[in-house]
Amino acid sequence: MSRGKPASVVTTGHAHALYVHGKSPVHRLPPECKVAALLVFVIAVVATPPRAVWAFGLYAAIAAAVLAVSGVPRRVVARRAVVEIPFLLFAVMLPFLGPPPDVAVGPMELSTVGLWAAWSIVAKGTLGVLASIALTATTEVTDILEGLDRLRVPRVFTDIAGFMVRYLDVILGEQRRMRVAMLSRGYDPRWWWQARALAASAGSLFIRSYERGERVFFAMTARGYQGHMPRFAREEAGARSWVLALALPTLAAAVALATATWLETPR
Amino acid sequence: MTTPALEVVDLCYRYPDGTEVLRDVGFHIHPGERVSLLGPNGAGKTTLVLHLNGIIEPDSGTVRVAGLPVVPEHLMEVRRRTGVVFQDPDDQLFMPTVWKDVAFGPANYGLEGEALAARVGAALESVGMTEVAQRPPHHLSLGQRRRVAVATVLAMEPEILVLDEPTSNLDPASRRELATVLTGLDITMLMVTHDLPYALELCPRSLVINDGRIVADGSTADLLADAELMAANRLELPLGFDPRVVVPRAG
Amino acid sequence: MHIPDGFINGATSAGAAVVAAGAVGAALRKSGQELQRRMVPMAGLVAAFIFALQMLNFPVAAGTSGHLLGGALAAVLLGPSMGLLAVTVVVVLQALVFADGGISALGLNVLNMAVVTSLVGWGAFIGSMAILRKRTSSVVVASFVAAAISVIASSIAFAFEYAIGGQGGAPVGTVFTAVAGVHTLIGLGEGLITAATVAAVLVVRPDLVFGARRYELETSIQVSRRGAVAGFVASGLAAAVLLVVFVAPFANPNPDGLESTAEQEGFIDTAADNSVGGPLAGYGVTGIDSATVGTVLAGVVGVLLTFLVGLLVFRLFSRVDQSRLDRSPGPP
Repeated sequence: MSRGKPASVVTTGHAHALYVHGKSPVHRLPPECKVAALLVFVIAVVATPPRAVWAFGLYAAIAAAVLAVSGVPRRVVARRAVVEIPFLLFAVMLPFLGPPPDVAVGPMELSTVGLWAAWSIVAKGTLGVLASIALTATTEVTDILEGLDRLRVPRVFTDIAGFMVRYLDVILGEQRRMRVAMLSRGYDPRWWWQARALAASAGSLFIRSYERGERVFFAMTARGYQGHMPRFAREEAGARSWVLALALPTLAAAVALATATWLETPR
Repeated sequence: MTTPALEVVDLCYRYPDGTEVLRDVGFHIHPGERVSLLGPNGAGKTTLVLHLNGIIEPDSGTVRVAGLPVVPEHLMEVRRRTGVVFQDPDDQLFMPTVWKDVAFGPANYGLEGEALAARVGAALESVGMTEVAQRPPHHLSLGQRRRVAVATVLAMEPEILVLDEPTSNLDPASRRELATVLTGLDITMLMVTHDLPYALELCPRSLVINDGRIVADGSTADLLADAELMAANRLELPLGFDPRVVVPRAG
Repeated sequence: MHIPDGFINGATSAGAAVVAAGAVGAALRKSGQELQRRMVPMAGLVAAFIFALQMLNFPVAAGTSGHLLGGALAAVLLGPSMGLLAVTVVVVLQALVFADGGISALGLNVLNMAVVTSLVGWGAFIGSMAILRKRTSSVVVASFVAAAISVIASSIAFAFEYAIGGQGGAPVGTVFTAVAGVHTLIGLGEGLITAATVAAVLVVRPDLVFGARRYELETSIQVSRRGAVAGFVASGLAAAVLLVVFVAPFANPNPDGLESTAEQEGFIDTAADNSVGGPLAGYGVTGIDSATVGTVLAGVVGVLLTFLVGLLVFRLFSRVDQSRLDRSPGPP
């Protein structure tokens, strides 16, 4: 083989495939600012009572604005947002399962509580997903980890996470190779009761990944690796970056505080 | 008598399950020399390489790199001095871009900013890979990845460059490109290889290892012309290749 | 079973976050020791492996999905504190990077999927090893038990949180039965995969298995019939007990215990009374309590399934014998 590994995307997301290359202001923000912004925004969204529908409109506008500025194509965002479908399905069922009092919607009797609950889950969940996409499409995973490191997340975490991201490539690669080998011999396990083959191959996948990972670890040690990734001389984030990153999330937080204090939290 | 770039004395090592791998291995390499390490599969070549930068600790014997003994206290410095290029470039290219991979080594030794950028630039230029600096390594061809892997090690300015099977799986054109690069470097070199014509072309001197022992040490041309030695150590020349006719490159 | 934002109320999320942070903090202190630090690359590998395993999703009736958790595997391979940290890393990165699980629900998810699974898994592992013969094969059996029990414990934790703070409106019974039911199955699958992975690693690199290092083991990877049966009886009984103890209050439409707490929270409309929906309502037969029927059914199903899978696992591992062990290959 003369070309490198195929740039294939595996299921929910191969780390490199999440990042969408670009030079937007969002891309250029230091990772620690973006992670902090994400956290503030999400907490604001979640703290807002579901009945303050207008607040969610504002949050959606914020998320849309950030994504627009980042230059990430809409269809890419849509494709990533697919991860939330399972809980959307759950939310859809709630108006049917919830307790009375009911409200008539067309031919159906839907529970009011259930409707508000469904709205809450859909709104908050979707906003959370969109905010996360804004981060991961504009920041490489290794940079996200560096951002966490600068936010004073304990070193053990970011070290393990660093290895995890690296090993993920290794494992997915080995998994693909093993699958090709199995398929080439006519074996295509898809069903639950074929667990035996799956279980057996899980064990050998682990060993092969470990041995390959060990070689990667040797290569890293041979170049002076001492447990954490070196800083490639990026300057500390300046005040300007922080202000830029946190402006909109702070607005969201203010709105959340306002709605939470002045509105009754519904059941 | 100058300090040898690499000095191995009576090295012995067994695997955890007890198999003897290296038995009293000993040799010197002087600064500026280019030496190839030949031998059949299972002879212990890669295990030996892993001893040279302290990844494996021997059961007995010593290794010195430019006079510095390979012991736990000196490992960081040893690893800077012994630049090992492993067989599989994918094991060594683990950063998102080529630039970061080449910068990884020197950055671990404290280089940053302008000095780091200069070092990376020089390393990439010496292997002819400057234009791919911002690309992800897995987008490059195998030959390119091999050269980038060499750059990642050169960036640490080592005393000796150790290469493990640098030509395996390379197409003839890439093989040539790599040979040009390696010849152009002003560095001491130890090359583990099966590729006997390559060894003849690039390394005036060769060591032959078999069953954990060094069984020959001399001029590559002489060793390859010794049919008995070759047969005894499972070394085979390609069909039609006559070492007495081929003129090795100036080392 | 990654909980999204808005699914569980803020108070419960915050409470769970505090508990999770405490556990993680304790694990961090233990991991500071040198011996533990050397396990970091291995912890990363285990984390990546678990992440890859979690991509296998099993849809649950209630619209969420269940998947393998991996906490027990992490605990057996890395020990309880490093194992807990490894799975925590998985959960946190999934939330941050893959939008799998809400960021505000991070405390809940870390608690359910990292803390509960690794600690309960470790406890079950130690407990099993205490009663089994000190053999390498016992480590395999104990890993199976640990994984199965850890998954069930995790789903119970989830149900508990939903009962206290669920923003659903859906009856706790419905959610719980669906979630716990599927996770019983998942637990058995996870038991299989955990046991298989541990077995594979034990064969080639026993030094990598933390759980095995604690004991002086006779090396025999062959699972003894008695050991296997003992292990599976234990996990079957444990599964049944857990289900019986926790299903009953949820299923009972005349509630006490947890569900009454949920009512006091204003979460379930008290006027709803016996007309609270859920699949168990259909079981109502005059004179027979639907709760009892549901409980007994769940318990029986759980035990039967465990034995069935237990037989499968036994057959799988009884073929692994000494002659099939590869030599530790080492570099060429």
